[in-house]
Amino acid sequence: MKFKAMTAIAVLLAATPLAGFADEAAELVINEEIQIMTKAPAPAHLEGALGDEVLSGWRFRSDETQALQMDDFDNPGMIFVDQAIEAWNTVEGSEGKSCASCHDDVETSMKGVRATYPKWNDGAEEVRTLAMQINDCRENQMGAEPWKYDKTDIISMESLISVQSRGMPVNVAIDGPAQSTWEQGKEMYYTRYGQLELSCANCHENNYGNMIRADHLSQGQINGFPVYRLKNTKLNGSHSRFKGCIRDTRAETYSPGSAEFIALELYVASRGNGLSVEAPSVRN
Amino acid sequence: MAEGVTPRVKVPKKAAAGDVVTIKTLISHPMESGQRKDDDGNLIPRSIINRFTCDFNGQNVIDVTMEPAMSTNPYFEFDAIVPEAGEFKFTWYDDDGSVYEETKSIAIG
Repeated sequence: MKFKAMTAIAVLLAATPLAGFADEAAELVINEEIQIMTKAPAPAHLEGALGDEVLSGWRFRSDETQALQMDDFDNPGMIFVDQAIEAWNTVEGSEGKSCASCHDDVETSMKGVRATYPKWNDGAEEVRTLAMQINDCRENQMGAEPWKYDKTDIISMESLISVQSRGMPVNVAIDGPAQSTWEQGKEMYYTRYGQLELSCANCHENNYGNMIRADHLSQGQINGFPVYRLKNTKLNGSHSRFKGCIRDTRAETYSPGSAEFIALELYVASRGNGLSVEAPSVRN
Repeated sequence: MAEGVTPRVKVPKKAAAGDVVTIKTLISHPMESGQRKDDDGNLIPRSIINRFTCDFNGQNVIDVTMEPAMSTNPYFEFDAIVPEAGEFKFTWYDDDGSVYEETKSIAIG
């Protein structure tokens, strides 16, 4: 009898599909109006490495976490966006300017900006992240101190700018002058780091959907960055996330804002070309 | 004085008379418990919102006392019956004596 009972349990377990994925058919609509593509045809350069479709990290989270992102009132990341609106209108630095002095209304001037970053800057002849562009403005246009990379001030401003592009597809350019940086990022993505000898691809390409300790591995898309994480109750930048991942392989990591992470950000962003900008997203 | 305190409230714009509506409120506030120490080992003084109330046309809907264990950015979600058109008034009381107020009117229709 006991044996029979145990078999019954085993059958039950086998019958349950890999639990943990929330409702697979769930779609993300923010404030009942902004449609978010959390699933998109895979970009050509991936050559099927992630199958036919790329998936936003939102799809890998539990129902409760997913719900937090469906209403701006429930999304704790929006508190930081509100703070950034104040910063947008605050005059700082020697030139007596605020962001609004040149860029006027953030809702119109910053529409679509987040979707194309990181991107090549002709004047500076380098690939620039959104954070670098903000700091360039602060230093050269406002005469203000640059903000520290991935810290609250700048990450909140990046979120405010990102909100204006919510629902628009990520579309970073990987050809032309940005190509060599993109190749460098790709090289990093497939390089094994640390004592555990793990590359980004080992987890986020070969094992997405599987458990890593008590959590589901996502495809490591960054269309939702900056992301509000429940574990540290603040906004987090992609470079800080890269740093955390490389640290977890027990390697010496690069710093947020370093040339290596800029290249990696460009490459990882390009893997999500086609997914909607979600920032600020909510993850665990 | 706590900095960056912003109250926000979500109330439906209209409801049928006698309807139950869901109200969401959130106030950004550090809610410093008074238990923590700074880098030099000195106690950081307590600074929290200690009371939250909601009134509808002068009649009390909810009156909450808050204690130091409340986490940052206190969020309240509750239901209220709307018998007539009127105004919800929300009030938060800070330890430092500040009072933050917000009002939302609701129509019948």
